[in-house]
Amino acid sequence: MARRPGNGNGNGNGHRTMGDRMTEVGDKVRGSQAWTAIFRPGSIFRKGYTDSPRNRSYVIMNSLLYHLHPVKVKRHAVKVSYTLCLGGLSFFLFIILTVTGIFLMFFYRPTSAQAWSDIQNLHTGVAFGLLVRNMHRWAAHLMVLSVFLHMARVFYHGAYKPPREFNWVIGVILLTLTLLLSFTGYLLPWDQLALWAVTVGTNMMGYTPVFGTQVKFVLLGGVEIGTDTLLRWYVLHVLFVPFVTVIFMAIHFWRVRKDGGISGPL
Amino acid sequence: MAEVPEHLLRRSRERREALGAAPSGGGGGADGGGGADASPPAGDDDGEKIPASLLTGQVAAPAAAAPAAAAAPAAAAVAAPPLKGPEGHTQRLLTVVKAGSIQDVKAQPTDKVHVWPHLLVGEFVASLALTAFLLVFSTFVNAPLLATANFNFTPNPSKAPWYFLGLQELLTMFHPMVAGVTIPGIGIFGLILAPFSDKNPSQKPEDRKFAIALFTLFLMFWAVLVIIGSFFRGPGFNFTLPWRDGLFFDL
Repeated sequence: MARRPGNGNGNGNGHRTMGDRMTEVGDKVRGSQAWTAIFRPGSIFRKGYTDSPRNRSYVIMNSLLYHLHPVKVKRHAVKVSYTLCLGGLSFFLFIILTVTGIFLMFFYRPTSAQAWSDIQNLHTGVAFGLLVRNMHRWAAHLMVLSVFLHMARVFYHGAYKPPREFNWVIGVILLTLTLLLSFTGYLLPWDQLALWAVTVGTNMMGYTPVFGTQVKFVLLGGVEIGTDTLLRWYVLHVLFVPFVTVIFMAIHFWRVRKDGGISGPL
Repeated sequence: MAEVPEHLLRRSRERREALGAAPSGGGGGADGGGGADASPPAGDDDGEKIPASLLTGQVAAPAAAAPAAAAAPAAAAVAAPPLKGPEGHTQRLLTVVKAGSIQDVKAQPTDKVHVWPHLLVGEFVASLALTAFLLVFSTFVNAPLLATANFNFTPNPSKAPWYFLGLQELLTMFHPMVAGVTIPGIGIFGLILAPFSDKNPSQKPEDRKFAIALFTLFLMFWAVLVIIGSFFRGPGFNFTLPWRDGLFFDL
């Protein structure tokens, strides 16, 4: 599509302009084998995008987004006033928490001798360390809140009714997992707040009937909180619970579509 | 006629001649039984003329086809079997099935919009706004980091994370097993059972007054407990007023 010299490119001297060269390079890149290997046939990155119903479908169909969204949804489903974005924002907070959490893992060692000073060092000696830790902390609290509000929203819309009963159950499990994620992370700074909040929490779990002592022993990795507890909760926090949560989230999102998209309108 | 390629015309001419030379070699023996005598000889049918059966008004009785099937081999041996049916058709209509009897359409057409851009733009803006809020908030408000953990010094009060403060509040009223295990267990279990115990099929708020009232009560129960536990409990987890004694609360 590049305009040739003397083909009226507007500069009057017949020379190729920078724009012509850029267009040529663009065409060459889009025609290359690497480009076509990356982008599927029908991808808008291959064919370009002009607004048409067909291209609107292709944006979803030929990208990773097709795993999350169908091509079309009910008109009322895109109303912000219906969902308040709470489910989507909970998922987005989970992503933010994963990204910031991975950053924090580079500077943290889960032992009682090093944990607190590592965080202290993160505040003072690491670029953006304090900011990222703050984001992780506040996003965690926000996620508990948004998951909780999402549940309330779903209940008030009666969206747990058939055929969505099972997805509601998955959602309750996800709420529990969110609380677990937050609570296991609470111990990791290894300061007075963490230690005694977790003491209160695990003491309560120790009152589980029949096998309370065993539950407490497994959670603490011993009879009382110590460096073993810290390692245990660290692994639970950064690997085990997120792993389980991701599985349940996948089922949750899949069922939203299989059960006919989001509920309503009322 | 539209232009038919030369080679196709030649091939059809050759085939026709071959069939005219050896009449019993054709594949059309089975459908030729009823109309064997009504059809013109295969040799002079060039495919463009109206079949002789129509011109003469003779219509081959369809019923005759079945009884004649047994006699077909004999008839084929006598008369040349035509390439076409009695009325010049090269296909037979077996039956007509109306769409309604085999297609059960359950979904009604609904008013739908494309996810791109209508949904994705909203999601993008929402996530951008949340990220901006989180960044700004995190710039100005620091996460707490108290003194390093000390087993010999218990802060007063010692509080659980805010979402468990409702349970800690219950702890002041009930035995720890009831407050820490039984009541939250019943809460979670009750939530899981909600869709199975609520048999009311309607989603309209005006039809679900009881369910909404019950759930609002449930939410308010926890919200009030968490607020009391967070802001109105001071040293020794005794009742305080935040505007009088200050806050005893860390996030």
